[in-house]
Amino acid sequence: MKVGVCIKRVPGSDSRINVGDDAQGPDLADVGWEVNPYDSFALEEALQLQESGAASDVVVFTVCGPEGDAKIRDALAIGKRGKCGASKAVRLDDPAFAGSDAIGVARILAAAVKKEGIDMVIAGKQSIDGDSAQVPAMMAEILGWPSVCEVTDLEVDGSAIKAWRAAGSGKREVVALSLPCVITADKGLNTPRYPTLPGIMAAKRKPIEVVDAGALGLDTSTVGASAALVTVAKWSPPPARPQGRILEGDASAVVAELITLLRDEAKVL
Amino acid sequence: MASGILVVCEHEDGAPKKTAYELLSKARSLAAELGGDVSAVVIGSANAANLGEYGASVVYTADGSEFSSDGTGSWASALAAAIVEADPAVVLGAASVDIRSAFPRLAVRIGAGMASDCTDLFIQDGVLIARRPMYAGKAFADVSISSSVALYSVRPNSFPGAAPVGGSATVSPLSVSHSEAELASKIVGVEAPKSETIDLTEANLIVSGGRPVDSSENFDRLIRPLAEALGATVGASRAAVDAGYAPHNEQVGQTGKVVNPSLYIAAAISGAIQHLAGMRTSRVIVAINKNPEAPIFQHATYGIVGDIFEICPLLTEEAKRQGIGR
Repeated sequence: MKVGVCIKRVPGSDSRINVGDDAQGPDLADVGWEVNPYDSFALEEALQLQESGAASDVVVFTVCGPEGDAKIRDALAIGKRGKCGASKAVRLDDPAFAGSDAIGVARILAAAVKKEGIDMVIAGKQSIDGDSAQVPAMMAEILGWPSVCEVTDLEVDGSAIKAWRAAGSGKREVVALSLPCVITADKGLNTPRYPTLPGIMAAKRKPIEVVDAGALGLDTSTVGASAALVTVAKWSPPPARPQGRILEGDASAVVAELITLLRDEAKVL
Repeated sequence: MASGILVVCEHEDGAPKKTAYELLSKARSLAAELGGDVSAVVIGSANAANLGEYGASVVYTADGSEFSSDGTGSWASALAAAIVEADPAVVLGAASVDIRSAFPRLAVRIGAGMASDCTDLFIQDGVLIARRPMYAGKAFADVSISSSVALYSVRPNSFPGAAPVGGSATVSPLSVSHSEAELASKIVGVEAPKSETIDLTEANLIVSGGRPVDSSENFDRLIRPLAEALGATVGASRAAVDAGYAPHNEQVGQTGKVVNPSLYIAAAISGAIQHLAGMRTSRVIVAINKNPEAPIFQHATYGIVGDIFEICPLLTEEAKRQGIGR
């Protein structure tokens, strides 16, 4: 079984995102980048499948320009000593991809996954920049594969897959499916490892293949800004919160005051 | 030509969820401006007819055990069938676990654009605009969709649920054809929750604890009883979850659940950027923290500078004494 892992580089979760006065999107000049945390769960799961013998190969996919190479190397560096980790990365890069919406990105990734002969795609449940949580399930639909989203436990026995997902009201569902398929990873699936020094050295020698629309056989009229159905018209900072107030005095008096305020002033109890 | 609004009405124990009423009420006001009817679709077994009283002219139903959830992708197929019948310009669903999994597949199947987890919908120059948080709410984007049908998932508690307006709906069962992919997967088990709780993302009241709670025993002693007394759902900071004091599914923040309750009580949570990102749209925020300089106080509606080990039990007692949560 060949596993494909989709990753994206995103501003770290501790980054401040400042929207400029021109409402034209955030200024990301000074943010620290990291591999999307949910994609790290996806990668870790793929590597554990490799280490257990269930996966024969792991390939990393990303839609990005050369600025993404540093984070791709971080992903390629993870793995156990003696085991290889991901064998290579495929960076999907073409001027025609610029401005793609989620369906466009899903078309690019689906074409690449097909070309590489991938049997199982594992991706983060969402990227923490756009927060759309759309691309992986869209890929599955384009490929005609089953998908299970927000998976917190995964069992692979040959081509029989079992995936556990939260199903609302605290219930967990177990979905059985066969290959090929798409799985999206939620927190709780595993604990991602950090890269080791030998891993970092090994990652330097691993190939990052740069693949464009032509090599994918992708019709460029189906991707990029001109094909996008969803467009951002305007950005704004979060709405300001009204000035709050600190309740002062003896603990039991403050507590009684708080309950009264919540009930009678804020009317939330 | 596509017109009108189709609302996906989710239900629990046979009755529509709060989000169904929130969306129907918003759909009514949007349809008044955009034109067209409001219709509803109910997937799985539920009492569908009363949705007419909330403004739906037709209620499409897909009944059958395969529709109990979108675990296999069955909802995308049911919704595709409903869209053929209703021919809407706009489809609204709550940003729930099943809609999050069904809408992207549906979008590809019918060639529709989709906006996720919207917190507002409004009309500007005759065009429907969705405002949605990006970077977990550190910024907001106003999004427009150009396809003839557009899908919007809406964060729970974004709109008030309206009172019934009278009226009745025609109930129209759907004939659903299942996709190949759907038939390649099957739900083989459902594990019941350990306790009856409302999902964090749909909860109206939340009590969250931070790392200084210091153990899972203290979560059980301080945070959970307070939540129970208020009728609230329990949350936790990333640091508390990573330390093992609370399970992963209780984490609130940019890499956990993004929540939108009426009341969020942050107990010993300092207010790291990634935590604020997950709860800043809460209507009322209460901060309880020993450190008067904690950033959470800048976002709090009400603040108490104090020790949670003293304050939380007092709050629990006071809530019980005043008969809150009953």
